[in-house]
Amino acid sequence: MATAAAHAGHDAHHDHKPSFFARWFLSTNHKDIGTLYLLFAFCAGMVGAFLSFGIRMEMEEPGLQYFSNPQTYNVFVTGHGLIMVFFMVMPALIGGFGNWFVPLMIGAPDMAFPRMNNISFWLTVAGFMSLVCSLFVEGAPGASGAGTGWTVYPPLSAAGHPGPAVDFAIFALHLSGAGSILGAINFITTILNMRAPGMTLHKMPLFAWAELVTAFLLLLSLPVLAGAITMLLTDRNFGTTFFDPAGGGDPILWQHLFWFFGHPEVYIMILPAFGIVSHIIATFSRKPVFGYLAMAYAMVAIGVVGFVVWAHHMYTVGLSLQTQSYFVFATMVIAVPTGVKIFSWIATMWGGSIRFTAAMHWAVGFIFLFTVGGVTGVVLANSAVDKYLHDTYYVVAHFHYVLSLGAVFIIFAGIYYWFPKMTGHMIPEWAGKLHFWLAFIGANVLFFPMHFLGLAGMPRRYADYPEAFAGWHKVSTYGGHIFALGMFVFVIGVILAFRSKERAADNPWGEGATTLEWTLSSPPPFHQFETLPRIVDEPGHH
Amino acid sequence: MRTARTKTPFLSGVAAFGALLVTSAQTLAAGIGQPVPWQMDRQVAVTENARDIHNFEIGLHWLSLAISLFVLALILWCVFRFSEKRNPTPSKTTHNTAIEVAWTIVPVLILVAVAIPSFRLLRTQLSDPKADVTVKVIGHAWYWSYEYPQTDQGGGFTFDANLDEDKQPKLLATDNDMVVPVNKIVKIQVTSTDVLHSWALPSFGFKIDAVSGRLNQFWFKAEREGTYHGQCSELCGQRHAYMPITVRVVSDEAYAQWLTEAKTKYARIDDGAKFADAR
Repeated sequence: MATAAAHAGHDAHHDHKPSFFARWFLSTNHKDIGTLYLLFAFCAGMVGAFLSFGIRMEMEEPGLQYFSNPQTYNVFVTGHGLIMVFFMVMPALIGGFGNWFVPLMIGAPDMAFPRMNNISFWLTVAGFMSLVCSLFVEGAPGASGAGTGWTVYPPLSAAGHPGPAVDFAIFALHLSGAGSILGAINFITTILNMRAPGMTLHKMPLFAWAELVTAFLLLLSLPVLAGAITMLLTDRNFGTTFFDPAGGGDPILWQHLFWFFGHPEVYIMILPAFGIVSHIIATFSRKPVFGYLAMAYAMVAIGVVGFVVWAHHMYTVGLSLQTQSYFVFATMVIAVPTGVKIFSWIATMWGGSIRFTAAMHWAVGFIFLFTVGGVTGVVLANSAVDKYLHDTYYVVAHFHYVLSLGAVFIIFAGIYYWFPKMTGHMIPEWAGKLHFWLAFIGANVLFFPMHFLGLAGMPRRYADYPEAFAGWHKVSTYGGHIFALGMFVFVIGVILAFRSKERAADNPWGEGATTLEWTLSSPPPFHQFETLPRIVDEPGHH
Repeated sequence: MRTARTKTPFLSGVAAFGALLVTSAQTLAAGIGQPVPWQMDRQVAVTENARDIHNFEIGLHWLSLAISLFVLALILWCVFRFSEKRNPTPSKTTHNTAIEVAWTIVPVLILVAVAIPSFRLLRTQLSDPKADVTVKVIGHAWYWSYEYPQTDQGGGFTFDANLDEDKQPKLLATDNDMVVPVNKIVKIQVTSTDVLHSWALPSFGFKIDAVSGRLNQFWFKAEREGTYHGQCSELCGQRHAYMPITVRVVSDEAYAQWLTEAKTKYARIDDGAKFADAR
């Protein structure tokens, strides 16, 4: 697309790093904050994975084996959902990779507001602490923790949970939400104002485009969530009745507000992944990305339409025919730009000279699995069919295909792709590939049978179930074990990378890697681009 | 009807998977009104609308399979044909207007083809035919209660339906069942007295949320006598998994007899006629 005609050398004087405490606790450096976000996402992900392990162990057999109180199971389900969404996927893809690579890719020395960047991170950590606290204080009578599901529907989250656990969870969302809004402002300002000379928006790398669209979604949707949870908080503590029909409120109002945030949220989680996968496919096909402008504007279209489809999560609440018909139509529209992206990735590989690195394995696996998650999304978009499938395991299968096998796969793809750049070390390729195959097989064995369970009628968020569902649940749990095994391989790969004497080249991936971060050393200097790179058009790249 | 649960090892699970791919019709016959082990498709539909939706869903899944396999085939071809070894020099093509227009228009056409039957089914589902029988369904944490309003055929009583742990199928059977006549339009009006619940009956092909302060309505016409099971489908707290739904569809005569018995057996309500007339 475009390359740097010139950029500053990395003189040694750039690398005056602050002391340990100042560097990691008072950090204003976008790369350090990115690293903090990635480490945080890994830790939170481990907690979320522990909770999902509890869920899978319990579901292996009908009856209650590990949870004497089914409410505790509900708390695990809730904690797993909230942690994975707000404290694993978002910090990894936006805070982690976004902070690291948006400034590098657009040729900026840092983020626009470095100090605000720091507080964004620590607000997220504080939010996580609050959520962890909520697990250990009373929620529903006689049980600790919030067992409301990540959707926190009242009246269950109000009258159903008199203890302070839900207040802690609300506070967690407030804190991390504030952090995300500040982060979004930072990304928008950085991308709109700090691109290197010559880098117009239409020459900007797709990952930066993805983060720009994501930041706008965050900026517009999170305040709605913040408002809704504040209303819930006053309903719970100060006698308001926004969601209580006894005082003229309506529980369905919550669902509208929540999903007005919640649906853009799912694109907030997947759009950065779209950006990353475009770079990986282009790099290892040694070909510029196919249909660059269509790719960028497909993301914009997904972002815009993503705001007007929220009630497809609410087909069973009693909406009118006209309302349901509109949301069926609008939801299906999203499949079109998503299809453009899928086919453009394949077209990028078409005619390429493909090198199958670990990162490329993950990216190609993602394209297929995201397609599977996408087509089941079209099935669910049909309100008539959704009346059967709503709140069954089919939905669980669908959103784990697009998130667990979508966003999470691309988090790993991003790690294998950028690890050499971030650390200067190489994760052994075999580890990345073995990890991929274990995750690919494991996740499919884990989540594909859930389609069958949902079709057979198994409802979500059940601690105990009729014996007929036992077979596929057992298979699913085996898949979970395989996936978990992959995580060990990942950790081993990272350890081996740091122990190895081998140092990563500035650009270990060859001529296909054209974005600006590969023009820097590995790892990049503490401060980069003191002299801004100048972007020149390369004929044939567009 | 119920198959004894055995500790199925993984391998026989795989074998069952293979067997089911070949003879999924067998599962269709095995369990009606409840799931069966290793089931891979929907529960048998016993209303016309549920059957139409079932057929539509089967069509959608074939379409999904075709699209997924098409994408998989393209990916595998790229992986095979355009590997570093077979294609050392990459092309520089980054645009092809014709193909880009095609992969925008074709999905649009497919989605229009999906939307037309989808809207038709939705319209039928949400239509409001004249009810032969109206039942008010009330969700509580954690049981359902049913109110049969006073009509000229009888009614005027209410009862609770709790999980019956001694009955089979386990976790699906209630102590008192909702009873409706076969081939009659039954309208249910659903609400809740506390948190959200959802009244779900897979054999009838729908679920409808029970929301306090709202009266939601749905209808069905069951075409086959039998006992049908469903489960609460909106997270409602500790015993969410333990508030099943059992509907017995019986002949007109049996229904009339049940109404008479129920009137003496269950608690009386007087003002039911009002909501029965309301449409």
